[in-house]
Amino acid sequence: MHSLINLSSVSFSYTDSDVIKNISFSVKKGDFVGLIGPNGSGKSTLLRIILGILTPRKGVVSLFGKELKKFGEWEKIGYVPQKATNIEKNFPATVYEVVSMGLLSIQKFPKIITKREDSKIKEALTSVSMENFSQRRITELSSGQQQRVLIAKALVVSPEILILDEPTTGVDQENKESFYNLLGKLNNKGMTILLVSHDIGRITKYVNKVASINQKIEFYGTYKEFCLKDAAYKKEYKLYSDKG
Amino acid sequence: MIEILSYEFMQKAFISGIVIAIACSLLGVFLVLRKFSLIGDGIAHISFGGVATGLLFNITPFIGALLFGLIGSFGIIKLKEKSAVYSDTAIGIVSHVSLGIGIFILSIASGLNVDILSYLFGSILSIKTTELLLSLSLALLVIVFIIIYYKDLFYMSFDEESARVSGIKVNFLNSMLLILTAVTIVCSMNIVGLMLASSLIILPAASALQIKTSFKKTLIYSVLISVFSVIAGLIIAYNYDFAVSGTIVILNALFFLLILLHSKINNLSSNIK
Ligand SMILES: Nc1ncnc2c1ncn2[C@@H]1O[C@H](COP(=O)(O)OP(=O)(O)OP(=O)(O)O)[C@@H](O)[C@H]1O
Ligand SMILES: [Mg+2]
Repeated sequence: MHSLINLSSVSFSYTDSDVIKNISFSVKKGDFVGLIGPNGSGKSTLLRIILGILTPRKGVVSLFGKELKKFGEWEKIGYVPQKATNIEKNFPATVYEVVSMGLLSIQKFPKIITKREDSKIKEALTSVSMENFSQRRITELSSGQQQRVLIAKALVVSPEILILDEPTTGVDQENKESFYNLLGKLNNKGMTILLVSHDIGRITKYVNKVASINQKIEFYGTYKEFCLKDAAYKKEYKLYSDKG
Repeated sequence: MIEILSYEFMQKAFISGIVIAIACSLLGVFLVLRKFSLIGDGIAHISFGGVATGLLFNITPFIGALLFGLIGSFGIIKLKEKSAVYSDTAIGIVSHVSLGIGIFILSIASGLNVDILSYLFGSILSIKTTELLLSLSLALLVIVFIIIYYKDLFYMSFDEESARVSGIKVNFLNSMLLILTAVTIVCSMNIVGLMLASSLIILPAASALQIKTSFKKTLIYSVLISVFSVIAGLIIAYNYDFAVSGTIVILNALFFLLILLHSKINNLSSNIK
């Protein structure tokens, strides 16, 4: 089975020194990968490279077996960026309108929402239990609710891969649990997930692989292997789980 | 009302005023949301250089302003890309250089100073038919472009990075926003003048955003406020012999205040309940 995401020997620098050093890494269909690493280790940068927002200085990125330059089926990928909940204080958009943005990657001119798309939007909102808020302004929701709406926006095109960058910042404990539960369910239904998280303790139930990076790949394997790895990892693991 | 419409210059003013009001107010919502609302002022300064150059070399000032506005907005895009300056600094640099050129030209050709006032403050009496047709078709193009791309622009204003990942051509649209603004500012020169050109971009959008509703309705309110202010402004200014541009801007400011007050009162009363 080929990898949905594949990076080989990728290096990247914003200025002169590399913040991503020679990373090779692949995500297979059905994987649920937890990507961890300390602040500034390059997690968000790595996601931006995978998503084609940043172009690596060296190395090759392919999605669905196609080199990034030739890849165009962005509707297969759902993305929830870090700090997605920093929504402009007065941004004029209803929950429904935000979720409908997710459809733009598949809509053709005149981009009017069809009956089918309308039911997809409702379905996506239901999957994150936000169906009763569709006409509320996004800015009038709590940050945990906003985050769920943004996930619905990523889910609305039924992507094959869901990429999330610390999606639970600002979400309370209880909602975090139900949120990871939701990701687990999606994964069970066959969705491939790449999740950046500091919450390694909480996501272990759901992930089947862990990737730990700090500019370079420090570890990539199953969660069990990860636990058995040397004491340094365990220390780090403790550090993460302490953060809660 | 009927009487007003019997004058040809008023007919021209109403037609171009309404179309330009629509273009400005649609564009305005996106510019305000992208914190780019002062770009209009910047481009107005740039266009001033074009008007002066046009007057000096006997080119229609409208064309001069349009050329300067377009070249200037490309200048801003390039300066932003190729150097480490912030976008407001880029706007400042390009607009002041152009303004300086305009003033320099006016100082060496002193006979032009009377004409320039109508471009600075707007003069519906001096709208020429060619300028009217040109500005009408350009403003219509702006409106069509926004109707085609408004969802993409909306997504981009919400989250540029995600929009990019969805395959939206963010760089193209950012550049287009700048170019459309240049075109729109120049088109509104005859009605409100360069001094107040960006008021029709900022004020109706700012008022509509105070209403705190969905995005679609915000766009519609912005257009309604803008069109109403232009129609009422023209009628009032005609009847009382006021300056058209000033009247339109004051009406817009009143709208803004009314909406602000209304939402404050609403908030208060809902807090009391
Ligand atoms: N736009 C940028 N320009 C220059 N350097 C940057 C930029 N964004 C990030 N960096 C640097 O690149 C490195 C990796 O940053 P990145 O945001 O990928 O880290 P991260 O692992 O996502 O951190 P966090 O856990 O805080 O989200 C950091 O050293 C950071 O300072
Ligand atoms: Mg990050």
